[in-house]
Amino acid sequence: MSVARHSQLSPLQRLLQGTPGLWIVLAVAAGASYGFVQSPRSLPVRLLLIFSLLLIYFMPQKGWVKLLYGGGMLLIVLPYLGLFNPFLMELGFQIAAFATLAIGLNIVVGFAGLLDLGYVAFFAVGAYLWAFFGSQQLWHTDEAPGTFTIFATFPFPAWWFWIFLGVGVVGAAFTGVLLGFPVLRLRGDYLAIVTLGFGEVIRVMANNLDKPINLTNGPQGITPIQRPPIPSFFTSPEILEQLGQLAGRPVGLNDLYGFFFYFMAVAILVLAIFLALRLDNSKLGRAWTAIREDDVAAVAMGVPLRRTKLAAFAIGASFSGAMGVLYAANRTFVSPETFSLTVSISILVMVILGGLGSIAGVVLGAAIVTMLNIDILQTLSLQLSSLRQGSGTIPLLGIPWASLPTQLDPARYQRLFFGLLLIVMMIFRPEGIIPSQRRRLELHEEPAQEPPAAQIEGEIEPDHKLES
Amino acid sequence: MRPLLELRNVTKCFGGLVAVNNVDLQIEPGRIASVIGPNGAGKTTIFNTITGIYRPDAGTIRFDGQNIAGKRPDQITAAGMCRTFQNIRLFHNMTVLENVLVGAHTQTPSTLWGAMLRTRSFQLAEERARQEAIRLLRYVGLPAGLGDQLAKNLPYGQQRRIEIARALAANPKLILLDEPTAGMNPQETEAAIRLFRRLRDELGVTVVLIEHDMKVVMGISEYVTVIDYGQKIAEGTTAEVRKNQRVIEAYLGRSATSAQGPVGEGS
Repeated sequence: MSVARHSQLSPLQRLLQGTPGLWIVLAVAAGASYGFVQSPRSLPVRLLLIFSLLLIYFMPQKGWVKLLYGGGMLLIVLPYLGLFNPFLMELGFQIAAFATLAIGLNIVVGFAGLLDLGYVAFFAVGAYLWAFFGSQQLWHTDEAPGTFTIFATFPFPAWWFWIFLGVGVVGAAFTGVLLGFPVLRLRGDYLAIVTLGFGEVIRVMANNLDKPINLTNGPQGITPIQRPPIPSFFTSPEILEQLGQLAGRPVGLNDLYGFFFYFMAVAILVLAIFLALRLDNSKLGRAWTAIREDDVAAVAMGVPLRRTKLAAFAIGASFSGAMGVLYAANRTFVSPETFSLTVSISILVMVILGGLGSIAGVVLGAAIVTMLNIDILQTLSLQLSSLRQGSGTIPLLGIPWASLPTQLDPARYQRLFFGLLLIVMMIFRPEGIIPSQRRRLELHEEPAQEPPAAQIEGEIEPDHKLES
Repeated sequence: MRPLLELRNVTKCFGGLVAVNNVDLQIEPGRIASVIGPNGAGKTTIFNTITGIYRPDAGTIRFDGQNIAGKRPDQITAAGMCRTFQNIRLFHNMTVLENVLVGAHTQTPSTLWGAMLRTRSFQLAEERARQEAIRLLRYVGLPAGLGDQLAKNLPYGQQRRIEIARALAANPKLILLDEPTAGMNPQETEAAIRLFRRLRDELGVTVVLIEHDMKVVMGISEYVTVIDYGQKIAEGTTAEVRKNQRVIEAYLGRSATSAQGPVGEGS
């Protein structure tokens, strides 16, 4: 078995083997970090940072070495670099948030094979739960949107955020079961259509529940939403001053919240990865895979279809419920727009792009899609517009940048890029960037004497005593 | 002896078609019994009705003292009856061992919280299930070391055997085999028959087969039920069934009855 495992190393992994590999990865990470300190706003440097995280994942070293490297990067190096450019923390928060959503969706779609096109609904449930109780909306339920004034106090103290993190999990899981019941008998296309409708129902409800009782404040959305309190130790002037000296710029409360939400999102992501891995590797995980493969055979083997499907919906939803609460606090604002069908599709793209059923894959998928969405395309657009301001000409063509039509702005082609990306993926690598590897189980037995292929088919003989 | 499985007046219709018509069937514990009949006679429908995939339109099905008509397939499996399928239905993209572990679903006492927290009892249950699965794979004659292959990558004969191991993992009192030797060559069939005998002799499992291959039926069955057009037309020992006029008619056509032919060796 160990021989087989060695030959599975990709060329990249062979390069990263042993002590040289440790140094190579360290050098890439250090180089990226140094580059970031030098030019905190450079897109290639950000990409290099992400790439170094990917290298750490692919390192063929022992688990604890990778954990040390990855933990060091995520918990020490990245936050330190975030001092120089707070956008890094925002980027990290968004990637971790969407990666958690993608992992939740992956349980439903990737593990259990239930295509869910309305997944963002559970995110909305979590977000609106804290939006309602964490804002002053409770005091305005009988007033029309836009007619009330903002008070200085809130009905619930800000630390209730921590309770609502749990409430969000339970609320979303409950909503997942609620969706699960009517779709238990549906498969494939029908399931996709009903879940799509469900996602829209939740969004439309958020849009319209401003009357007769104003619960969601309608299309205007709810704001301000409280952020959980940060321990006063961190907000003391001395600490802020020290951080400011490190960063070479004044550091304020908003920066602290940037770090806080980044760490929270990473913590929830790690927990989600941890739970998803454990569930995949359990009786329930096997039952999910079995109903994905062949539900008739699965029930005939004693897998209760209803309970297993509902568990997939509930557990998948609960991850995004927690993230919804965090997201509402991070934005201090929620509106129905945040939970449109396109977000559901985006999360699905993350899952498919990374590799259906593969946890590492969907995290990478989330990183790629989020980077494209909020970083790469935006940065390209910015650069293009700054070129347009100048007097240079496009090389080779000789046309001045200034006369380039604004319709060619890369940020406008976001959907086009996703479409192309998906088409290319489906043609060349339909299983995703990091495909899921069906677990190799240790058999606790001697390997076969001869290669299995040499076994004569149909031979059942004779030395199979009952060995227990 | 009280029958382990007892069907009384079981009827199953699909629209206007009566696929199973008023069938009585008794399987005594410790038997190897067969259900035979021409193509389309309704044998597989009977199996599907027994195992809960279809709900009978009329009649009662008693298994091990309880009425199971109308129960869900997973409940029936938990009650101690498991099956294989005519066209092998393994979980193709799961490993061989995982396939058997899914079969052990009702026998594995691990819970959701146990899985999340990796409790001691969870680990113990998983390890025990895995050891048992390995033992079963050996028992049905799968060569060692194939446990972590994907099921779809194995040859046909081995897939058949994995399916039996998967059914055995549910610790059944009764195992229903739907054409288990279909597509096998004579040596494979021979070996399969030996395996079915061992299931009964060594494990004490009652075996019910649907078979087309008369050599298998006559070679192994202690009791045969013949189905034609959804109705039971005969039952008894192989010798009795062999001589039965209606059976010969059903298999060879009415005109052949005068030409005194036993039920052919392989139809």
